[in-house]
Amino acid sequence: MHMADALISPAVGGAMWAATAGLTVYSARKLKQDMDDRKLPLMGVLGAFVFAAQMINFTIPATGSSGHLGGGMILAILLGPYAAFLTMASVLTVQALFFADGGLLALGCNIFNLGLFPCFIAYPFIYKKLVGERPTQGRILLGAMAAAILSLQMGAFGVVGETWFSGISELPFFTFMLLMQPIHLAIGVVEGLVTATVVAFVWKARPEILEMAPPMASGAPRSFKPVILGLVALAVFTGGFLSWFASTHPDGLEWAIKGVTGKEEVQAPKTGAHGVLAALQEKLAFLPDYDFRKPEGEPEAKKEESWPDVNPGKSLAGVLGAVITLLLVGAIGFGLKKYAGHHG
Amino acid sequence: MGTIENSLYNIGYLETLSYQATPIHRLDPRVKLLTTMVFIVAVVSFPKYAVGSLIPFILYPVALIALGNVPVGYLGKKILIAAPFAVFIGIFNPLLDRQVMVHLGPLAISGGWVSFASIMLRFVLTVSAALILIAVTGFHQVCAALERLGMPRVFALQLLFLYRYLFVLGGEAARMVRARALRSFDGRGLGFGTYGSLLGHLLLRTLDRAQRLHLAMLSRGFDGEIRLLRPLRLHGRDVGFFLGWTGLFVLLRLYNISQWWGTWVMGLVK
Amino acid sequence: MSHHIIDIDDLYYSYPDGNQVLKGISFRITHGEKVALVGANGAGKSTLLLQFNGCLLPEAGRVRIGEMPVTKKTLKHVRRTVGLIFQDPDDQLFMPMVYDDVAFGPLNLGLTPEEVDRQVMQALAAVGAVHLKDRPPYHLSGGEKRAVAIAAVLSLAPAILVMDEPSSNLDPKTRRQLIDLLKTFEHSLIIATHDLDLVLDLCPRTLVLKEGRIAADGPTRMIMQDEELLASCNLEKPLRLQGCPVCHPV
Ligand SMILES: Nc1ncnc2c1ncn2[C@@H]1O[C@H](COP(=O)(O)OP(=O)(O)OP(=O)(O)O)[C@@H](O)[C@H]1O
Ligand SMILES: [Mg+2]
Repeated sequence: MHMADALISPAVGGAMWAATAGLTVYSARKLKQDMDDRKLPLMGVLGAFVFAAQMINFTIPATGSSGHLGGGMILAILLGPYAAFLTMASVLTVQALFFADGGLLALGCNIFNLGLFPCFIAYPFIYKKLVGERPTQGRILLGAMAAAILSLQMGAFGVVGETWFSGISELPFFTFMLLMQPIHLAIGVVEGLVTATVVAFVWKARPEILEMAPPMASGAPRSFKPVILGLVALAVFTGGFLSWFASTHPDGLEWAIKGVTGKEEVQAPKTGAHGVLAALQEKLAFLPDYDFRKPEGEPEAKKEESWPDVNPGKSLAGVLGAVITLLLVGAIGFGLKKYAGHHG
Repeated sequence: MGTIENSLYNIGYLETLSYQATPIHRLDPRVKLLTTMVFIVAVVSFPKYAVGSLIPFILYPVALIALGNVPVGYLGKKILIAAPFAVFIGIFNPLLDRQVMVHLGPLAISGGWVSFASIMLRFVLTVSAALILIAVTGFHQVCAALERLGMPRVFALQLLFLYRYLFVLGGEAARMVRARALRSFDGRGLGFGTYGSLLGHLLLRTLDRAQRLHLAMLSRGFDGEIRLLRPLRLHGRDVGFFLGWTGLFVLLRLYNISQWWGTWVMGLVK
Repeated sequence: MSHHIIDIDDLYYSYPDGNQVLKGISFRITHGEKVALVGANGAGKSTLLLQFNGCLLPEAGRVRIGEMPVTKKTLKHVRRTVGLIFQDPDDQLFMPMVYDDVAFGPLNLGLTPEEVDRQVMQALAAVGAVHLKDRPPYHLSGGEKRAVAIAAVLSLAPAILVMDEPSSNLDPKTRRQLIDLLKTFEHSLIIATHDLDLVLDLCPRTLVLKEGRIAADGPTRMIMQDEELLASCNLEKPLRLQGCPVCHPV
């Protein structure tokens, strides 16, 4: 389940970007210390494998629907957490760019939900613990199953949390959770089965491959804790800052402009282009401080919800304006196309 | 049949669009990437019920489609395919938020529908911006831009490898799936058992390929470091593109020109 | 400088799974010689080729390239001398653009950007693929991929070209173009192949590999007439040498 740009706020998107960017840099550094130059092509090709595997469907018995692989867990088992995280992140990036799965701003959320949980939590704390040093088919099945289910539950919870924090969707937190978690329980079981089957297959055919995967590259799982805590702190800080920024400064840009110029509003000189624009504005009775901007200092109110308000005249003007804008944009597009046609 | 081939073809097609030589294609990839990011952030930074104020933002994709010669029908199809999740989550808004917010003559529209419209508009804007970015830039150029903007090198290389072998492994997967389909009758053989071993085989082949690939790299002097010759240089037009659009996005974020036209026309009518 | 550019002496190799594939191989190749390596599937041809540039290191015996024994220390030099072209161009063309791929080796040698560019353009020109330089490899046809894979190795200016089944998956015309291209090379050339007609066209000398040993080593014309030997190695006398049944009915 990919988070979409349309459902998140910049604060949430920014926070998740900060967290995943931090983790990406950290993983890249860890990997560099590893110095195994076989890893680079292996990661790339396995990323392509996950991508290809996701395109193959199978029929889920008795339901008629079809499932496919998520892949984070398989990558973690074959590559170890750091390389797997980078690989999963690259898979999600390509999906965001080419299939519009998710989106660029939501990419941080998606890497967090589908990369961090399987690679840095489920793999070291569940899979490794259950499978132990001497894998058997039963243990692999159990470990992959538990780890996949858990990472999908965490991922689904991530989606719920991010959606809720963003406040674009009306879905109440618990309703959404009740909707998401059970669905992802089913998906998790399927993912676990697929992961276990594939891993067991490789283990039977080429046991050395699983042994080659560095158990925990460098250090015990414990060494993750500070990293994860640091990331959480980073995410909370970024998110907190951005939401504070958004709530105290409904128009962050104006605030930023104020910060830069040191003035309440940009006092444009009433001459030249600015002057013309300002005069035009006055003439057309357009209020730049449109109504959802509340006075500074007032406590958080449902400021944005006053637009479009229940005032019929204003709504009509809004709709009319939208239509005009669309026509205008269409005309510009048409004109540009013509222009490009002549000069192309 | 052939959904894998279709996906691969689609990816390849998006990439071929980037081989054109329009003025948009010639811009520096960093500039296009950053402008796209600013656009997306501006769009999603609007409050929940924003609809009218989002509409002027359509100008950006429209202008790029026109100047960058991106086929609209193809783009529309890709957007539709990506739509389900946003629709699925968004559709709860009209169900849960029934307070009337807008009166248009006899028509009363609830806040839920307004915010749903807003979600859909955001969805179309953000998704089209990302797809257009690839269509006018190309994947490897986007990677080069990302790397120049500070993304770790391993990750950039990782993206390139993934993209390169997507087609090779995708092709293998497609052939295996075809072989499976040709020999499974009445849906037998499409189940889990076959799937597991099919995937297992694909994985083994993948691992073998990684090994050969590594040898091929070693044969040509690979020492753990991949070097790329790819000078990127900013020109005046690049800076102009970035500043121009960013400035416009800021203005559109601050001033609701839709409302402005509307009020103006209403004033004229009265 | 040694008289021989490749000197293999009593070479043994086993894969990690214990499968012994090369069992005491010895031969020598001189400067500018063009040699074919033939044998049944699984005879060990590809494994042998990988020894030439140190992708695999011998279990026993020795491989010399020019003056240099192939060891961990000499790898850089050896790999610059021996250009290995893989059977599947997809394994070899891993960079996002043809140009980057051909530049991969020269950049690893630490050449300056100008030198790299010169080498790349020369190599692409040699295989007639300059027009492909800004294309990604996955959109190329099989023949184009092969040409680019050869350019990617030529850009390192190797003294010896080693090719694994260069004519597989090529249509007849592309195959012919490849043969014509290879004829123009002055490099020492070692080609592992099942395409005996190509061998007749290109290589005056043939090595026959059978179950990890050299079964025959001699002038191609003579080996191709030895039907018994060929049959024992899952090979067939090339059509061209079989005498025309229409002109010479039995
Ligand atoms: N990576 C490997 N690990 C273990 N065994 C291998 C490996 N690669 C090849 N072999 C085995 O080594 C033997 C020789 O293989 P090789 O690829 O050298 O044969 P070949 O002569 O090139 O065959 P072909 O004509 O089919 O290409 C085969 O039995 C093969 O199964
Ligand atoms: Mg072979």
